[in-house]
Formats: sequence, structure tokens, C-alpha cells
Amino acid sequence: MTGPASPQPLLEIRHATRIIDGEVPTTLVREVDLAILPGEFVSVTGPSGSGKSSLLYLLGLLDLPTVGEVLVAGEPTSGLDEDARAKIRLTHLGFVFQFHFLLPEFTALANVMLPMRALGKLDEDEQRARAMAILDQLGIAAHALKRPGQLSGGQRQRVAIARALANDPMVVLADEPTGNLDTASSEQVLQILRRLTDEQGRAIVFVTHDLSLAARADRQVRIVDGRIADGGPSRVDG
Amino acid sequence: MRLILDIAWTHISSRVRQTLVGLLGVAMGVGFSIMMAALMEGSQRDFVSELVDSLPHIKVSDERRSAPPQPAEVAYRALEVVGLSTPVIRPGIKNPYAIVSMLEAWIDGTVAPSVETRAIIRYAGRDTAASVIGIDPVREPKVSKLATQIREGTLADLHKASNAIILGDKLAAKIGARTGNSITLVAATGDLMTATVVALFHSGVAQADETQAYVLMKTAQILAGQIGLVNSIRVRADDIMGARDLATRIEAATGYKSVSWQEANEDLLSAFEIRNFIMFTVVGAILLVASFGTYNIISTITHEKTRDIAILKSLGFQERQVRRIFLLESLIIGVAGTLVGWALGYALCLALGSIEFKSPFMDVNRLPIYYTPKHYLLSASVALSASGIAGFLPARKAAQVQPVEIIRGAS
Repeated sequence: MTGPASPQPLLEIRHATRIIDGEVPTTLVREVDLAILPGEFVSVTGPSGSGKSSLLYLLGLLDLPTVGEVLVAGEPTSGLDEDARAKIRLTHLGFVFQFHFLLPEFTALANVMLPMRALGKLDEDEQRARAMAILDQLGIAAHALKRPGQLSGGQRQRVAIARALANDPMVVLADEPTGNLDTASSEQVLQILRRLTDEQGRAIVFVTHDLSLAARADRQVRIVDGRIADGGPSRVDG
Repeated sequence: MRLILDIAWTHISSRVRQTLVGLLGVAMGVGFSIMMAALMEGSQRDFVSELVDSLPHIKVSDERRSAPPQPAEVAYRALEVVGLSTPVIRPGIKNPYAIVSMLEAWIDGTVAPSVETRAIIRYAGRDTAASVIGIDPVREPKVSKLATQIREGTLADLHKASNAIILGDKLAAKIGARTGNSITLVAATGDLMTATVVALFHSGVAQADETQAYVLMKTAQILAGQIGLVNSIRVRADDIMGARDLATRIEAATGYKSVSWQEANEDLLSAFEIRNFIMFTVVGAILLVASFGTYNIISTITHEKTRDIAILKSLGFQERQVRRIFLLESLIIGVAGTLVGWALGYALCLALGSIEFKSPFMDVNRLPIYYTPKHYLLSASVALSASGIAGFLPARKAAQVQPVEIIRGAS
């Protein structure tokens, strides 16, 4: 697919298989190869239980492959401990989940500031200004001081996206970001994600079961029974 | 750290009722343990103080720890003398005034010689045995509080009548005597002596008030039938707690048995040690029970916040940061509970100290409460340690949450 001059993939999965131990071991994904390039807008689709979310968790270093390797900016991660993987998540990756997963006691602004405070690169005023700027970009600056319980589903999801962007990640991984939203809100969220790619050059990988939304991605990865059926690797070596 | 503190504070402040229950648990543990320690140490100190005031700090008597070697034993090493008969009369301290002068020269305290004998006190057909102590009214106030314990008359009244006697108030009541009455003293030899009651004393120690009487030294010597007898030298040490060491040195210097107040009350003092051990065990148990409350609360918060923990970890929070959040919550409850407990403990001590209490054995108008920062620091350190431990286990569990398992479960 890509020639020798193609850019370095931001995320890569090489020959990854994930098996969950138990009385009956369950294989979530098997022998998966996938690479995500800068500025790509990638959708992942597939039937329920096919391994879409599991693939996303492996890409986001939230889970470890039983076999295989995940590389972030070309660096293997299998030898890293949990703290080191947490650091990569904090600095390079942003997550959006189907359920917004905002901290209910914190305001929208405080939720967006959380990753910045954890990273500690900016002072408090800078953190606040950046968080407000992101909320403004997503059209919810007016709700900055509201708690998640005071926001609609679409607004919460936009706050969750704002939080994912807090530390300026190179990749945003979204697991069914519209799964819990009505059609209008889903459309808004998808447009926001699209803009992140078009205007900011971020790579977006989103899992969805909505084929019409998936069709609007630059690349559609389809996964069946834990294996990638379509839209596979942009480049996987080794 | 500020972020950790913010999250911890948000968790506990959003659960006001649970937090208050935990905080009050710690506060009551700390408060009651302070009250108990203050009460127990207060009563102990009060008792020891009464004891020390009513007795000489050190008493040098005309006894020896072991029988002195007989001249024949000194002359012939192969000889052993056994079965010597006990002397019928007390030998007294040899050269007592030389010893008194010698002791006054080097010890930090005051010294007074005295004569101790026993007699039957008879008045109005009633007899009672008493310990009659011959004293020097000028020196006596330097070694005992007798002068301040006189209820009727004065110590100097001993000089106002021939064979004057000061009785314990309970002894006087027992035989029905009052100041000014003439009583009869029956010596161990059977000799009779008429004495005039010139004063009554009340030491607060029932046994002393009921069985002791004071006379001039020469009167006691006549009663004992030994002119010039001094069989006891009493010492009041400037350093009360150093009395034991001082007694050892006096015994080495004089050769006579010197008993400090600690040695004389060894059983009592060791009973206090056991009492202290029991007290600290009970205090520790109270605080341990309080710490279970803290454990329960932190465990509940941890359980309720599992999803938030997963989110924080998925965002990139490290295990130690998550652990610190819950440890901090536990410590906040511990610190706040300790501060409230300090106030509660102080208030309880004030309240208890204001209660009037009368004992048939001792004059205690109010419960003796001992105030010391030691109790506050001790209870705080135990409470904070217990809170730390109570928070550690749930915190460790929280830190080990695997975010993907929670997120997968929620999807």
C-alpha cells in the first residue's frame, strides 16, 4: 500500500493475538496487523463481539497482546511496565469512550484540565486557558462550569473529546463515541472528530457499528472473528 | 500533589454523611483515649503525690540488709555463727547526729532524725495501739508535711506541755480524745506515761491518721526506755524520682538500711505499670475500632469509585498516584478526626475535672486529671497510623484496578 517514502506510523500492531485466560480461554483478536499513519481518519467496524474494542484497547496500551507487539511512534511497548505505558497514554494518546466517563463531581472544565494537571507541563492559568480554548472549539465553552450531570449526552461526549485533546495527543482513539447519542448529536460528534483530522492533522481511530458513519472515514477497517478482514495494515514490518 | 489532594477532597466532601461517620469514629476514639489517659495518669500521679508527701522520701533505719559479721567470724574465717538470738530492743543508729551532719553535707535535700516506738494509747477506758514518732519540731517541716497537716493546734505546741502529743484525727476520734485532754501512753515495757493532746493532724492517708502520733524525741526515747535513742533518719530529697539512687548511696555511706519511697512501695508501683499497660491496651483497642470505621469508608469509596479509578488510569494516571488519592483520603479523615478528637478529649477532661468526688479513704474533692501534650500526641500518632493502615489496603486495591476490565464491563 505505501511506498518506502511513506511516513512513520504513529501506532502499529504487529501479529497481535489477545487471549483471555479462563476455564475456556477466549481469543479476542488473532494475528492482527495494523498501522495508523499521521492524519488518518480510520473507522473500525464489525459484528458485536468481533474484537473491535479489543483492538482499540491494544492500540491504546490499555491492554497487552498475548502474542505480538504494539509500537508507538516506532517504539515497541511490550517491555514497558504499567507506569511507562500510563505515561505514553497521558502524553501521546487521547481516549473517548461510548459512555463519556467524566468524573461526576468535577465541572466540565475541571474534567478537561485533569490530564493537563496529571502531566504538569503547564501552569494552572495556562491549563485553564487551553481547556477553555478546546471547549470553545467544540462549542461548549458556555457549559464549562457545569457538572456532567447538568449536561446533555451530546454535550458530555464533547467534553469527553475535549478531555481527550487536553495534552495535544497525536492519536485519538474513540470507542463507539456516538453509540449512546441521538442522530443529531452523533453527527455533531463525527464532524468534530473529522475536523480534528482535517484541521489539526491528528490521527483518529473510531470504533462504530454504524456503517454509514464508518463509510465517512478515510480508511475502513473491518474486523470479523478477531481478524482484520478489510482495511488492514498501512505498513507493518517484521 | 495538588491534583491528588483535589480528587481526594472531592471524594470525601461529596460523601458528607459517610465522611462524618468516619471522622466522628476517629474523633471519639482519640477523645475518649485522651480522657482515659488523663484520668488514669491523673489518679496515679495524685496517689503517688499523696504517698510521697505522707512519707519520707528516704528512711534510714537502724536495721541492716544482712546480719553484721560477728567478731569471732572476723577473727576466724573458718567459723560460722548461726542461731543468734534477735535483740529484744532496737539498737538505734550509732552516732546519729554525726550521720545527720555527714548527710546534710552532701545530699541535695533535708535530713531529720526521729525515734519510732510503739505504745498503747489509753483514754476514757478505750485502748488502741499506735505508732509513736519522736520528732524535732524545728527540723520536721523540712522532711514532712506534718506542719501543714495540723488541723487543730500547731507543731510548735509540742513544746508547750510536758509529754505533749499530736494525734491523727481519726485516732483521736477513735478514743474520743480532743486537744487539751490528758491521755495515757503504755510503753512496750509496761511503763505508763501521761501525755497531753496538743494538736490533731490529718494527712489524708487513713492508715496514718488512725495509727500515728507525734511527740518530742526525748518523750519517745523515754517511752522506748532508751535515752539518746535515734532509730530512724528521714530524708526529703530535692529530686523525688532520684530517691532510689540517693538511698543506695546513703546506705553505702552509712551501712544502715536506707529505703526509698519507691522501694517501700515497690508492689504498688509495679501495679501501676500493669495498670498503665492495661490503659494503653484499652486506648489502642478504642483507636483500632475507630480505624475500622475509616477502613470501611475508604473501602466503600474505593468500591464506588472503581469506574473513576479506571478512567484516571486510562487517562494516564500512574498506580502510585491512584494509591496516594485514597491514602490521602484516609489521612484527611484521620487528621480531621484527630483534631476534633483533641477538642473532644480536652472538653471531656474539663468536664470530668469539674465533677466533685468524695472517697471514704482519701480526700479528693475533684477527679484528678493530668493534662499533658504527651496524651494528645500519642493518641494522634496511633489514630493517624491506624488511619494510614486502614487506607492502605483499599488504596492498594484501587491502584491495582485494570482499566480495560472496567471499561469493557461498562461498554
